[in-house]
Formats: sequence, C-alpha cells, structure tokens
Amino acid sequence: MVDIKALSRWSSFKKDKLVDLKYQPGFSQIAWFCMVVLYAPIVVLVVFSFNENRSVTTWTQFSWDWYIKAWHNEGIQSASLMSLEVATISAILATLMATMAALVTTRTQPYAGMNSAITIINQPLMVPEIVTAVATLIFFAAIRKVTGITGVGYLIAAHTCFCIPFAYMPIKARLEDMNLNLEHAAADLYASPLQAFRRVTLPLLMPGIVSGAMLAFIVSIDDVVISLFVAGPGETTLPLFILGQIRRGVTPEVNAVATVFLLISVILVTIIFLVGKNKK
Amino acid sequence: MEQAIKIDTDNQQENSAAIKIEKKITAAIDIKNTTKVYGENTASAMVALDEVSLTINDNEFFTLLGPSGCGKTTLLRLIAGFEQPTKGEIMLFGSHLEGLPPHKRSVNTVFQQYSLFPHMTVAQNIAFGLEMLGKSKGEVNRSVSEVLALVQMEHLAQRKTDQLSGGQQQRVALARALAPHPKVLLLDEPLSALDFKLRKEMQIELKRLQNETGITFIFVTHDQEEALTMSDRIAVLQDGHIMQVGTPHEIYNHPTRRFVADFIGDINILEGELIDKDKTHGKVKLACGIEVEASLPAQSENLNKKVSVAVRPEQLSIGQVNEAGHLTGVISNLIYFGSGSHIDVTFDNGERVTVRQQSNNNGKQDFLINDAVSICFSADSFQILTD
Repeated sequence: MVDIKALSRWSSFKKDKLVDLKYQPGFSQIAWFCMVVLYAPIVVLVVFSFNENRSVTTWTQFSWDWYIKAWHNEGIQSASLMSLEVATISAILATLMATMAALVTTRTQPYAGMNSAITIINQPLMVPEIVTAVATLIFFAAIRKVTGITGVGYLIAAHTCFCIPFAYMPIKARLEDMNLNLEHAAADLYASPLQAFRRVTLPLLMPGIVSGAMLAFIVSIDDVVISLFVAGPGETTLPLFILGQIRRGVTPEVNAVATVFLLISVILVTIIFLVGKNKK
Repeated sequence: MEQAIKIDTDNQQENSAAIKIEKKITAAIDIKNTTKVYGENTASAMVALDEVSLTINDNEFFTLLGPSGCGKTTLLRLIAGFEQPTKGEIMLFGSHLEGLPPHKRSVNTVFQQYSLFPHMTVAQNIAFGLEMLGKSKGEVNRSVSEVLALVQMEHLAQRKTDQLSGGQQQRVALARALAPHPKVLLLDEPLSALDFKLRKEMQIELKRLQNETGITFIFVTHDQEEALTMSDRIAVLQDGHIMQVGTPHEIYNHPTRRFVADFIGDINILEGELIDKDKTHGKVKLACGIEVEASLPAQSENLNKKVSVAVRPEQLSIGQVNEAGHLTGVISNLIYFGSGSHIDVTFDNGERVTVRQQSNNNGKQDFLINDAVSICFSADSFQILTD
C-alpha cells in the first residue's frame, strides 16, 4: 500500500524546497561569502574616508576633514562639473535614441535585419571597451583633423554611444511587457498614431524611460577607459581626476570623493528599483 | 455620431414604436467576398476567412458564433481595421472601408481583455474617444456622465481602473466604446472572463444597451447559449466559412448543415434516403425503418440520394409500442433530471436517438431500461442537412 500522504508531502517538499535554489545546502554560506568579498573593500574605503589621519590603513579618529578638503579642491570641483555635464547630456541623448530604437524594434512588423539592428544597438556591450576606445580615438582624431572642430562634443558623443544599450534595455523590456491591445484600443477610439503614442504609450513607458536614463547616467559618470582615450585637455572627468590623484599616492580625499559617488549611485539605483516596482 | 446618446424614459416606448414602423432595413456592414490570409506567400500561410459574404443590418444585435479558430475574431478585426483583407471589400453604411486606419472608422471595439488604460481614471478612459474626436470640454463631460449612468457606474468615475472588479471593468470598457456613439459596436467575447452569474447579468445588460442606444452590435462568441439568448441574428462560422445565417429560432430549429446542427444544442442525426422532394420538403426513408417528411435546406439542388436528417430530442416523445407508423426501439439508457428524462432509444439497425421526455405528474416512473417503446413526433420536426 502506497502512503499517499507521505507521497504528497514529498512532492510538495520537492516543489517548495529542493527545486528552489534558496534551499540548496550551503547556499546561504556561499551567498554571504560573495557579499563579503564584494563589499568589504567598499566598506573599508568608506570607513577610511572618515579617518582623521592621512593614512588609509591606520585608523585614528573620526573626522569630516577629507570631505571638506575634497569640497574645496578646485581640481575635484571642475572634474565633478565636467562629469555631471557629460553624463547629463549623454544620458538624455542616449535615452532619446534608445527610446526610438526600442519603438522600432518592438512596434513594427518584424523585418529582415531586425535582429542585426538589435545586435548593433547592443554592440558596445559586446565589444571590449578598449577596442571601442582606440577606434573612437582614431576616428575622432580624423574628424578633428578634417573639420578643425574641437571641444567636449567628442567626449559626449562617445559617452552617448556606449550609454544607448543601457538605456535601451529597460525601455525595450517595458514595451514588450505592455499590452499591445492598449494601443489598439487608442486607435479604435479615434487616436491618430501620434496621439496614441503621446496619450497612451508614452505615459505607460515613462518608468522604463526613467530607469533607462538613470542607468545611462550612472554608466557615463562611471566611465574611465573611453574617457581616458577620448577626453581632450581640460576635459578631465572625475574618474580621470581620481586616477591621476592615485598615481601621486592615495589620500583619504579620494576615499571621500569615492564615497560620495557611491552614495549617488546607490540613490539612483534605489530610485530605478522603486520606479520599476511601483508602476508595474 | 454627432448626436449624444439619448435615453428619455418617457418617450422611449413611443420612440421604439416609431423606429419599428419606419425601420427600413439598411445595411450597417456589408462584407463582400472577403478573404483573409495570414502570412501570405510564406510556407505557413493560413486562410482565416475564405470568400465570406455577409450583410449586417442597422440596429441589429448580430452574433458571430463558432469554435475557436473559425475566423470570427479575424472578421471583427477586419471591420475594426486592425487587419486588412487579402481580397474583397467591407462597407460601413454604404461607404468603403478599404485602406482606412482604425482611428478613421466610426466603429468601436470592446476588447476581450477590456484593455482599459491603466494610467487613467474611469472617467478619463471614457472621455478618451470623445477627446480624440475633438469634442468640446462641456460636451465631453456631458457625454461621459450620460454613459456612466447608462452602465450604472456613476459612483466609480474617479477610480483607477485597477481598483475595479472584473464586472465593473467590463462596464467601463462598454461605456468607453459607447461614448463616441459609434455606428457599429464590435464586441470580442467580452463576457468570457466573467463568472457564470455575472455573465447572465451582462447578457441582459448588453441586450438592454443595444435596445436603448439603437447602435448595431456585432458580438463574437463561442458560446451557443449566449448567442441564442441575445442575438437578433446569428452567423455560424467554421474554418473561415459561414455555415448558416439566421435568427436564433431558425438556427436552432432549422439547421441546414451538419456542423450547425452538431454545434448548437443536443440533436439526433439519422441517416436515410431521399425518395421524393418538392420545393420546401423532402420525403426521406430512414435507415431505421420509416418514412418521414423533412424540411429541405435552401440550397437543395445538389443533394445526394443519401441524406442526414436531424431532429431535436425535445421534438420527440415516447409512446406505447406498436402505434402505427412510428419508430420502435428499445430503451438503452435513461437519465432522470427532475422535470424530465433523457431517454436513449436504440433501433433494430443499431442507430440510437435521445428523447427528452417531460415527467408526468403521477409521480410514478413510466419507463425502464430494456422496455420496447415507440417514438412519436409531430410534423416538421425533421430537417435535412447538407455537409
């Protein structure tokens, strides 16, 4: 005689526990280990940004000194402004283009070459950054030579390019989630394609666009490799400035700047998460 | 389209009487030889509609009935403009719809999943179509409150649509589609997501709305009972073809095709030989023994000698054995359900019919399994079917 109760207990146990990764033996230990490896250096960095001492390894006393010093450092000031300028403009441009790209790749009849188009949009994610950086450097140098135009525009253009796939992903995901019938309903209720987009698609797409823009912003403000190659004189972004500082020996001033950066990133990521969660 | 929806309860009786008198039958939708092929010129080409012709009259509650995949939703999407016909033409009150995008057709749709705009309130949803038509603010507000009253949703005007129950969402979807006063309202299985009781309520509600607004309703469903309850006329579809068009009474009592007979209600189909016919009736010698008079379908020229004959269980009754000229057989199964019984009678040749027998009022059981009985029927109970 088969014990049905035991069987059903087993099957529900199987369903609930065994298949669920969370209940695999050792899962939580591995998770904790990864968390420590990932975040311990960051914790150390944050802690020593508050160190009164000049050393970044020996703790003496709590102080805000390094934050105040960083705030008054003209190099940091101008680098921060440059970073903000580049990141803001690139994020806006990248989001605009990503939105259009996402619309074309989700709202038209599938056409020959659509998959290639998606691949090209995502290309910056797949090609090693150093390759893009070198290629961009040479390409921009050629343009500069022919036209004689200089300025921060090159850096913004380069940032816009590699920000597009980051902005594209959440917008495309949102469009794919959206019920196509809503746009049909708008058309059925006498809305022209433009009106339907403005009154129905765009408001519903907004959370995706906001997430995309913030991701693009973070990726841009964080970039080192491409900026290093493309940035001209007087176009030092904050990561480049920090890199320069470190070459001359690390001070807790850099820790302080990095901590502020971290804080901004955390705030933006939290907003992205909350926006995505609420509007679903 | 310009006139607002008017519900004047005092004059309603007179109005509807007046409409009946002057009601000249005009075609709301005229579909001519329309074919729709999906994925044309590809290996997976699928013919959804094949040379369909259909006329739907003004102020009619018309139902497209058929199993899933029969093409009924495709037909609706062609009328709404979400799909273009591969061949053929569709006219709306005499004007061609060809090439017109959905937003230029004065036809509104109630979608199966309602598709209410989640970022708008109930009132904003209903106002949407009116605003797109460029109505003034006052006009929009007046129409919105009229339609809200029509579907009894005034109290929920400021709610977001995700705070509504399924039935309430259904009403909002209806109100939104009715507000611009379209010439034709398309309903794509709008009741299929509701539970049984709510569905029954909404059936009555829809019928009432159609009467009060005078708008032509084209209703798509796979539920034959729903179709019979609500419709003025029904078109039964199968595999992209229209099998039969008629009033619920005609469709139920005089199905002309085997598919229609099978699809709607319980029915007995018997084989026989056509031995004689005039314009409307044929004499059929049934394989199980006797000769019966049966109605002929409209296109009866090409009938073979071998024919199928259909008869509803409730048009048959059980009598005593050996009544002259009647079918005789043996009761092979008996299902009692209170007000009556379903009795299966098997004939000598192995064919079987189901009889719906009313319970008598003496409280005794009349029949038992293996009883020999004869089956009585009135004239005009049998219908000859084509395939």
